[in-house]
Formats: sequence, C-alpha cells, structure tokens
Amino acid sequence: MSDATPRPRGEPGQPPSLFPPYRSTVLRSPREPLVRIPPTLTELTGPAGTWDALMGPAIADLTRHGRGPGVALGQRIVVTGRVLDEDARPVPDTVVEIWQANAAGRYIHRGDQWNAPLDPNFTGTGRVVTDGGGRYRFTTIRPGAYPWGNHRNAWRPAHIHLSLLGPAFATRLVTQLYFPDDPLIEIDPIANAVPMPYRNRLVARFDIDVTEPNHALGYVFDLVLRGRDATPWEA
Amino acid sequence: MSDAPEGLRRTAPRADNQDPALFGQTPWQTVGPFFHYGLPWKGGADLVGASGIGARPDLFPAEHDVLHLAPPRGPVTGEVVALVGTVFDGEGKPVPDAMIEIWGANAAGRYHGEADTRTGIPLDPGFIGFGRAAVDARGGFRFLTLRPGRVPLAPGDDRRQAPHLAVGVFGRGLIKRLATRLYFADSEGNGDDPVLALVPEARRRTLLAPRIAEEPPTYRFDIVLCGDGETVFFDL
Ligand SMILES: [Fe+2]
Repeated sequence: MSDATPRPRGEPGQPPSLFPPYRSTVLRSPREPLVRIPPTLTELTGPAGTWDALMGPAIADLTRHGRGPGVALGQRIVVTGRVLDEDARPVPDTVVEIWQANAAGRYIHRGDQWNAPLDPNFTGTGRVVTDGGGRYRFTTIRPGAYPWGNHRNAWRPAHIHLSLLGPAFATRLVTQLYFPDDPLIEIDPIANAVPMPYRNRLVARFDIDVTEPNHALGYVFDLVLRGRDATPWEA
Repeated sequence: MSDAPEGLRRTAPRADNQDPALFGQTPWQTVGPFFHYGLPWKGGADLVGASGIGARPDLFPAEHDVLHLAPPRGPVTGEVVALVGTVFDGEGKPVPDAMIEIWGANAAGRYHGEADTRTGIPLDPGFIGFGRAAVDARGGFRFLTLRPGRVPLAPGDDRRQAPHLAVGVFGRGLIKRLATRLYFADSEGNGDDPVLALVPEARRRTLLAPRIAEEPPTYRFDIVLCGDGETVFFDL
C-alpha cells in the first residue's frame, strides 16, 4: 500500500491552477490556499482491478472504431509507453483513457463547430489497462491542430488527451501528449502553463523501432505518477 | 535491433518525454471542453443501479457513443443516497463543462480495490465505489451511491474518519484536478474527523452537504471553484 502514497508537494514540473494566459483559468481556479492533508486510506485506495466491471471493455485501435464501415483517414500512428512511479517502477493495472481530434483537427463533439471535416470512420476515444510491466499501447491517427477562442488566431498544437486512474485516488492524472517539432507548442497557453524544462515531458518521441513497417509511425510516451511519501499523520 | 540504415540513426540527445535528465512527474493538463465522448459513460454516476446517468449523449452523435453502458454489477448492500449539486465559477455562474468523480467506501467501511487490505471487513460484490459524471448544461450533477461506512484514518492509524466521499473536479479552465471531500452534514463523526479538523472552521461548511430531500435521502453539495464561498480544496 505504501507504494501508492504520494510524495511531498511542491513538484516544480506541475502547472499552477491559475495561469491567466489560459483565460478560462481566471474564474475557475481557487484563490484560497489548498488545505494540505496527509494521505488517508481514502486517497491511498482506488478502483484498481475493477476496470471491466466499472467501464466496460478496452478499445485499443481507434482507427477501426468509428461508426462507418471503413478505416479512419490520416497518418496512422502507434502510441505506446509505460506508466511508472517516481522511482521508475512500473504501475500495472492502471486505466489509460484517451480522446482526440481527427486528422483534420475536428472533434466529433457538438461543441466543436469549426470548418474542418468530420471523419465518419473516426470517433477518437480509446481505453486500455496497463499490463504487468506498466505498458499501454494504442493505434490511432495523428490528430490535426485546431483553432480555439482564447485569443486572436489561437491554435492548439496537435495533441492527444490522456487520463490515468490507478490504484490510488491521490495519483490520478490527466494530461496531454504533444508531438515533436510542433511550432505551436511554444506559443500555446495550455502547454505553457507547465514551466520549462518540464514542458518537454509532454512531448512524445518518434521511435523507428516502435514504427510498424508498412503500417504506422511509432511514438513513445511514458507517464510518471506521484510516488511514495513518508509524511505520517501525527497521532 | 534497428530498422534505420547504419550511420543514419539520430544519436543527439533530445529534450522530450524520453530524456532521462527530465524524468519526473508528468505535468497535468486540462481535460478541455471536449471530453464528453471520451470519459463519462452512461451509468457512470449510478453506482448502485442500472440507470444511465452521468453521461452527456446530447453532445455527440449517437453513432459515436462507443463507451455505452457499464456492464451490470448485481445488487448492493446498504442505504442508497443521492448526491446533487452545481459547479459555480468565480462570478457565481454555473460551469457547464465540468466533470466530477467520486470515490467512497462501501456501507461496511471497506474500499474496493487491492490497496485496502483489511480482509476482515466484507467487500460488496455489487459495489465498486467509483463514479464519474459530466455536469449538465446548467452545471448540475447527480450521483446515486451508498452511504459510506466509517474508515480508519490511515494504515496503522485506527482513528476513524466520519463518513465521506473523495471528490475530484475537472473541466475546461481547470489545468489540474481540484480535490475536495463531501461529508454528510447530519452524520455522526463530523465533530472529531481528523481531516475536517485541519480545515479552518469558518470554511468547513463548504464540505458539509445538507440533507435536502428523502427517498432516497438526498444531499446537496455545490462546488464553488473561486471567490465567495469558495469550496475547500485539498493538497493531497
Ligand atoms: Fe483538445
């Protein structure tokens, strides 16, 4: 159980809740200081071992999970990696959920109404559980960049949203994966909420050894969850 | 094994996800506004029955509803309660694109999942205790779950906590999850709960959900992200 205990706070790589360049944080971030609590049994536990019963079956190949008869358009990619703790030990039995725009940068969401085409063969959501080595793997397509209303001529860099839920409530993580050599990253307010050099943890690496011949380009993206913390409750 | 021709493999170091010099916690990023077809599933907010609450099927075409209903889990043991509330921003306006997660013990006070090793307390095969709800267009959410039993404070520390649920708040404009707790205002144990004791007294009421209806007992837990009446959020 101690493996799931979070470490001390103040991790420099974590963004603040309030980051005014990302405008909608201004009215949606607390002004009062967070109340620090040592982890209790509540935060040290989580619904590991229940994913199928909780959420239903895995979806690992997003290129064949639209509702059209065919295969998604776009650059086919493999995204794979490991979920680790801060001591670089694998975290098995963690559910990895992803969602993303299609190759043209459009979500199937009704709230996304910009002038880019939808792909009937692409929904853009998947979910797998890490294996004994903490590994996960998706096949999908490379998402396009898309505009948003944060400021004039604002474009999100191409990204995949990832959500991780594992053996402990305290180690919950939601993040975004970016692609190497994307010039939009350095001018994106959401990515820039993370200070350098830690922002680069969010940039996947192209890997020719993960690339599948005649099928898909390969990207590696490891995720590191909070690790152990010796802070006890005072009796 | 290498697939690239000899001499053509890039060997220069790159500052990216795989750079050993950058190894450490993956930074948080917001769920953004478009998570509805990827995270909340039908039934995610009903931890005790087979209703479809928790999802927002109005926000994407039905043919793309690949998450569907979670499989049935069988009957549960305990008192069913409803938890309702609205998420508000710093101007008191409802937040229509937030998502709430809850995590709670079963009625006997045992957490489902391998990390709670207290085998002397029964598991409830029909009850996992994790729920997820996208809020509706008016910022509202509703969960159906069991009133949780009391649990010890921490491994090796048998002081008891009052019945409570861990609550996570996500949404557009929330770069990181905000973690809070729901306590039942009319419950035993609130007066000597070790976590509530760490909260400044004037702000404790933001965590105490009043009972506002019966059949099932219904508790109201509004979440104020910012400003007047701001909900207490925890640094876990
Ligand atoms: Fe996005």
